Amino acid sequence: MKTMTKTSSLWINTGFRIAAIVLALAFTSIVLLLSNARPFEAFANIINGSIGSSKGIANTLVAWVPLLLVTSGLLMTYATGMWNIGIEGQITLGAIFTTLALRLMQGTSVPPTLAIILSILAGILGGALWAGIVALLKIYGGVNEIFGGLGMNFVSTALTIWLIFGPWKRPGTGSMSGTEPFDTSLWLPQLEGLRISLWSVGIGIVGLLVVYFILQGTYFGLKLKAVGKNGRAAFLLGVPTTRYIMAAFLICGAFAGIAGAIQVTGVYHRLIPSISSGYGYLGMMVAMLVNFQALWAGVVALFFAALNIGSIQLPIVMKIDSTLSGVLQGALVLFFLLMEGARRTFLSKKRGK
Amino acid sequence: MFSKRTWTLVSLLLIVVLALSACAKPTAAPTAAPATEAPVVVTTEAPKEITFGLLLVGPYNDHGWSEAHFNAGLYVEEKLPGTKMIYLDKVNPADRPGTTPAQLADELVGQGATVILFNSDDMKDSATEFAAANPTINVIMASGDQQWAEGKDFKNLPNMVNVMGEMEYGKMMAGCAAALTTKTGQIGYLGPLINDETRRLVSSAYLGAKYCWTTYLGKPAEELKFKVTWIGFWFNIPGFTSDPTQVADDFFNSNYDVVISGIDTTEAIVQANKMKLAGKEVWAIPYDYEGACDEAPDICLGVPYFNWGPSYLGYVTAAMNGEYKPLFEWVGPDWTNINNPDTSMIGFKEGDALSAEAKANVDKFIAELAGGLQLFAGPMNLQDGTVYLKDGEKATDLQIWYLPQLLEGMEGKSLP
Repeated sequence: MKTMTKTSSLWINTGFRIAAIVLALAFTSIVLLLSNARPFEAFANIINGSIGSSKGIANTLVAWVPLLLVTSGLLMTYATGMWNIGIEGQITLGAIFTTLALRLMQGTSVPPTLAIILSILAGILGGALWAGIVALLKIYGGVNEIFGGLGMNFVSTALTIWLIFGPWKRPGTGSMSGTEPFDTSLWLPQLEGLRISLWSVGIGIVGLLVVYFILQGTYFGLKLKAVGKNGRAAFLLGVPTTRYIMAAFLICGAFAGIAGAIQVTGVYHRLIPSISSGYGYLGMMVAMLVNFQALWAGVVALFFAALNIGSIQLPIVMKIDSTLSGVLQGALVLFFLLMEGARRTFLSKKRGK
Repeated sequence: MFSKRTWTLVSLLLIVVLALSACAKPTAAPTAAPATEAPVVVTTEAPKEITFGLLLVGPYNDHGWSEAHFNAGLYVEEKLPGTKMIYLDKVNPADRPGTTPAQLADELVGQGATVILFNSDDMKDSATEFAAANPTINVIMASGDQQWAEGKDFKNLPNMVNVMGEMEYGKMMAGCAAALTTKTGQIGYLGPLINDETRRLVSSAYLGAKYCWTTYLGKPAEELKFKVTWIGFWFNIPGFTSDPTQVADDFFNSNYDVVISGIDTTEAIVQANKMKLAGKEVWAIPYDYEGACDEAPDICLGVPYFNWGPSYLGYVTAAMNGEYKPLFEWVGPDWTNINNPDTSMIGFKEGDALSAEAKANVDKFIAELAGGLQLFAGPMNLQDGTVYLKDGEKATDLQIWYLPQLLEGMEGKSLP
């Protein structure tokens, strides 16, 4: 009898999720039709552009890795009930610290491999530092982490621009294209003819596994979730709430820092003005979409990355704007949340009967 | 609550969508056939066809730099049968986060392009990287210097052409028109970011202004104020750059009655027009794109513009015939007729707001330039007072291209 109910509620859950996806696709289709484009052709182009060629797959993975790392980090802060919207700034600071480390080591006797490793560690430090400030503001300053995070994002942007047009400018010129590119010896080794580095893919996957393990298999993870579910109760039961919130922020910042480090060492090979590439905000959407479950983060992040890369085809082939991928991503999250609410209402009604 | 009615609504929505998409389907595929066919030539060879791809830093219809390149692409399509243009615009880190121009060039190659144009100095690293990684693709890099053997950044790539127009002349004409028109003796220059190119262009505008101010109006050079304000990029990126609308307004509100635009978009003439409608006597000079004055002809003194078409036609033709060669070209106006669309890289289209008297002098100035007048001539000092050119010395191409500072007498930042 009990298993019967479990299966039926699984079906109901799945049904609502599929409905969310269908609604999001339908909504995007309407947007497409309104702009005189044919939805099926657009979706086919997105798929073809993202997974239709080895270069497409490689580029999708290039976007996947930082997105995955950021999402993984966010799962930690979400577990404690915190909205770490400052994640963009944390990626940026990771990138800045990585660039700083590489600048210091470029042209010295430090072996390139060691330089890359140290620069990624520097990135971790940068991201964690920036997240730590948000956490401190929250815990000791009573500043809501959303506002603190937003503020720190602005500061990080200003800092990047200042560095690129100031102390780190190219000889004689400042350029939106960023700082002088690093020597190829300081790049994460890429696959022949492709933009992706297997090292960064490895780091991304390990990152997700670590977070999954922490949240599902450790006492520490359990306490984090306890803080998120009911901070006061957790505190009364002996969990040092503030310390756990701080820990979650530091870990999340560290993950964002790695993402920033990979943007520098593996993708742009220099610091550019928008080095975070919006992966922080996108990661928040992924985390919401997977309902904060680590298990699905990898798949959904891959899907979002594929949308970003595949949609580049739209302006080339169909002369429609590639921001359509953003419309689809946003619609997915909205309809998912909507359906989640609908599901709860449905289930409680059913139980009420 | 969440019952029949909701489901009905959802189902209806779906049906509408599916029906609409089904309706839309039978229309002809837009990308199927090339627009132009090669002429039927009785030879054993198949008609030649080539796809070229443009990467544009701004929107293709920006009425500025990017549109000038886009129109050049259309010109090639029109003049050379068998060519097809594909393009991607807004290629910059703010509009396309997470991508690099080299990666986007790959996307164009994936759609069949064998000639790729990078149209911005900001894509320089990517263009170099892409050209090196794709030796079979012919690369055009507008405004770069990687192929200039004497230049500071020579990369010697066998598959790349660098091309730039000698806009210095266009800017001199713009400066001249501004100086002949200003009533307050104050000219503002809406600058993009600071680099070699923008330094030499704003300085050219100043030289043109000073020459016409002193020579034709007979006024002392000290009475001419010339100030540049840099916004930080080629066009407005909220949060990244200063707002060009604000900068233009500031000029007009502080007694600068002519603003010359050095950026890729139209804020200068748009704001000048608003000021004019509000009763202020002001003028503006846009940039890049031949039709730029059309937006506000009443206050437009003229526009120095690029005409990339003839050059691109040459490169695409060479690529088609397998004769593509590495090259650095800095192309000047066709002095017999600077506005000839088939021959002149640099043009100056005089605007409606230019008075008859001023027009006559601008024409005279253009004739003098055509006759060999060289304004980058000594004695000339840099902004900090150090000697740039000695008395009687004329600047070399290298000295002009890599102008290290603004010139003495100009107001504004020389270095970022």
